[in-house]
Amino acid sequence: MDNRVIIVKNLIKKFGTFVANDNLSFDVFKGEIFGFLGANGAGKTTAIRILSGLSSPTSGEVIVAGVDASKKPEEIKKQIGYMSQKFSLYEDLTIKENIMLYGGIYGMSKSLIKERTDNLLEKLNFQDYGNKLIADLPLGLRQKLAFSIAVFHEPKIVFLDEPTGGVDPITRRQFWEMIYETSARGITVFVTTHYMDEAEYCDRISIMSEGKIVALDTPENLKKLYNAATVEDVFIKIVRPVNN
Amino acid sequence: MQMQKVIESTDLSKAFGQTQALKEITFSVDESEIFGFIGPDGAGKTTLFRIIATLLRPDKGEMKVLGMDCVAGFRELRKNIGYMPGRFSLYQDLTVEENLNFYATVFGTTVKKNYDLISDIYSHIEPFKKRLAGKLSGGMKQKLALSCALIHKPKLLILDEPTTGVDAVSRSEFWTMLAKLRQHNITIIVSTPYMDEAMRCDRVALIQKGMILSVAPPQKIRDGFSRKLFMIKAREKYKLITALRNYPDTVTAYPFGDSVHVTFTDDRINESLFKFLHEAGLNNVTAEETSAGIEDRFLELM
Amino acid sequence: MKRFLGFVKKEFLHIFRDYRTLFIIFGIPVAQILIFGFAVSTDIKNAGVAFLDLSKDETTQKLTDKIISSGFFKRTENLISYNEIEDIFRKGKTKEVIIFEKDFARKLLNEGKASISIIADGSEPNTATLVTNYTMAIISDFNADISGIRSNNSMLIQPEVKMFYNPELKSQHMFVPGVITMILILICALMTSVTITREKEFGTMEVLLVSPLRPIQIILGKVVPYFLLSIVNVILILVLSWLVFGLSVKGSIVLLLAESMLYIMLSLSVGILISTVSGNMQQAIFISLVGMMLPTILLSGFIYPIENMPKVYGVISYLLPPRYFITIIKSVMIKGTGFLYVWKETLVLLAMTILFIAISVRKFKVRLE
Repeated sequence: MDNRVIIVKNLIKKFGTFVANDNLSFDVFKGEIFGFLGANGAGKTTAIRILSGLSSPTSGEVIVAGVDASKKPEEIKKQIGYMSQKFSLYEDLTIKENIMLYGGIYGMSKSLIKERTDNLLEKLNFQDYGNKLIADLPLGLRQKLAFSIAVFHEPKIVFLDEPTGGVDPITRRQFWEMIYETSARGITVFVTTHYMDEAEYCDRISIMSEGKIVALDTPENLKKLYNAATVEDVFIKIVRPVNN
Repeated sequence: MQMQKVIESTDLSKAFGQTQALKEITFSVDESEIFGFIGPDGAGKTTLFRIIATLLRPDKGEMKVLGMDCVAGFRELRKNIGYMPGRFSLYQDLTVEENLNFYATVFGTTVKKNYDLISDIYSHIEPFKKRLAGKLSGGMKQKLALSCALIHKPKLLILDEPTTGVDAVSRSEFWTMLAKLRQHNITIIVSTPYMDEAMRCDRVALIQKGMILSVAPPQKIRDGFSRKLFMIKAREKYKLITALRNYPDTVTAYPFGDSVHVTFTDDRINESLFKFLHEAGLNNVTAEETSAGIEDRFLELM
Repeated sequence: MKRFLGFVKKEFLHIFRDYRTLFIIFGIPVAQILIFGFAVSTDIKNAGVAFLDLSKDETTQKLTDKIISSGFFKRTENLISYNEIEDIFRKGKTKEVIIFEKDFARKLLNEGKASISIIADGSEPNTATLVTNYTMAIISDFNADISGIRSNNSMLIQPEVKMFYNPELKSQHMFVPGVITMILILICALMTSVTITREKEFGTMEVLLVSPLRPIQIILGKVVPYFLLSIVNVILILVLSWLVFGLSVKGSIVLLLAESMLYIMLSLSVGILISTVSGNMQQAIFISLVGMMLPTILLSGFIYPIENMPKVYGVISYLLPPRYFITIIKSVMIKGTGFLYVWKETLVLLAMTILFIAISVRKFKVRLE
């Protein structure tokens, strides 16, 4: 049985004459933690937008959770969760209100929402604070909450766009433990990050440079291949800073 | 003759409504130092920098910058400070060239006059000088913002999270550029959430929840780690962490890249550890002692 | 469907938590009702009328008394000659001049008719129409009175109505000056308030503050380009109204432009003041546009004469720059008056400009809080 939740073959995305994604090909497997790395301007954001159904490829095959991205990008959205650093939750709503909103958007029943809400709050140790406004919560907790809400409807894949920017080291690790636990449940995690040590937590990573994928393997294999001690060293060796 | 301290902070406190952003902050910065403030979001770094940049007033305590009080002497100070706030405040709808010229003019100088100071940095983006600032990549915006902050040859450069959201390569380049500025007798204070960048500073202050945990050269902070540190690896990372946390002799266990950093109650690895992990279903476990990095120390102090 | 409802619920929550927006959504309709209800009345009250009584007999006296005691009119002056008419209209307080011809009572008795000239200030067409209609109604009432006494001879007072300025009662004469007034203040206030709060929102303001630029330099630097653009705007509107409506400036164009420049400076400084109390662009836009539009339209005397409103609105209108400028621009454009007639309003505008700029500079925070 096909274990792949994302299939990308010869993906090309052009903006006018500028080629943002240049013939990308890769697969992501169910339950994997897949790290998507690259310099700013290398084309990561473009690719993620296509994978999450927000934009269409110029050419090539992109199948996400069994849905063809070029034909039915809308369908993809139902199968995935999404969390980005720039925006996650509505600051002037409470925790419970945010959960209800997203639960409702993804078509969950009220009883299911309630049950999972209680579980979520318990897990985060926040049982008495369901009615607190997001604006009153510290950043680290917001991020953890945003992630929990992104997977609330148990999607097949969750896309995380630089989810741990600026957060303290302890919270970052707690966050990654949540990612581990999620992946153990069978949800595939597709994450981008600028923290190179976080790249090490991934099962496999890919590195983009100037629109192309220049590396794709497990962190250990890449380190061996490039004779590097850390993923950061690998990165610095093979990525050229972007000047466009 | 003692060199005058560029920044002298004594018992500095600042609150916003109910939140105490800074609590009795005391530290000093010497000339030509690269002084780093390391800490997570919400620690108070931006508030502190804004006070140093004369944009906010402290509630209590004293802040002397370049020998002047940050409140009373703000007009004079503003001529001698270069400030780069977060989010690189550039005019998105002006070109690279226009942004630089604007800042030069506002500070009463010209691009030509201090060009040698910024040439290393600006040369990377000069080919794009007619491009709108809004259309630059993160790394290039960073270089432009730095050039604009330096163009009037300030005595003190204040950089608030200049590397956040920028890729590893650009970050590394940025720090190399900063190191070169020392030759021009410019003092630099910089804040960052990246622990590894701490090692590139002359001295570092660890800051969390409005308080300074420690001020020292980064090596010294790192060496202040109080226990022996061990590095444990196995294939199944998540299982390993959970198992280690359940192991009775473990004091702390934190994931660090491809291994887990662990401290034990008796500062050594007992044979029972391997048995325990094996029973938890882990194979091919390696364990060895390792030296603590600055992040280990930070985690310990938090 | 459930998704949709969930989303709608969220939107409601956003709105109810944002007190400022709430205030605007409910506050404005309530304010409108109150203002429209009281301020706008199509009745007239205390309209200024001047009498040129060339006869000065019992009948003219009676008719004059009747007019004055009706409650709709208020005597401004008793004129002595025709020469004074233009002057009294220029002064602005008089909306209508009533002229009784010589030997009024005798003519009425002997010839059965006498004539009255009603000359109204056509620069406010609405008011002019109202005022003349009311006057004629009173006259015809008077007619009925006196006819009743002498039942055989019907006596008729024939009123003849003329307009001073704007003889055709073209409404452009009302609208164009008013539109200029309104547009200038709204757009100028909007432009400056937005450009300053935009810097706050994008963070570039921080860096400006830390530079050697002084607040007055930043403020004036923001104002100068919009000042120049607004002057071009005024010229454009004047040219357009001339080409399209045939409306030409009766008085001195130089004076008009000079007054416009003053008013533009004032409007720009209102915008700056708004930016000192706004945290972001959205608030600035709300206050500049939504907050100022109603008072400008309704309380400046643009469409509805202030004299017809309850006193309290009259008082408020004294605080509004548009009120003064409308007077100036109508005077110069339509009545063709010179500086002598508008110096008072000009002085007020000048004082307001200096005051607002001074407050703005003071309020302009040299720091971030």
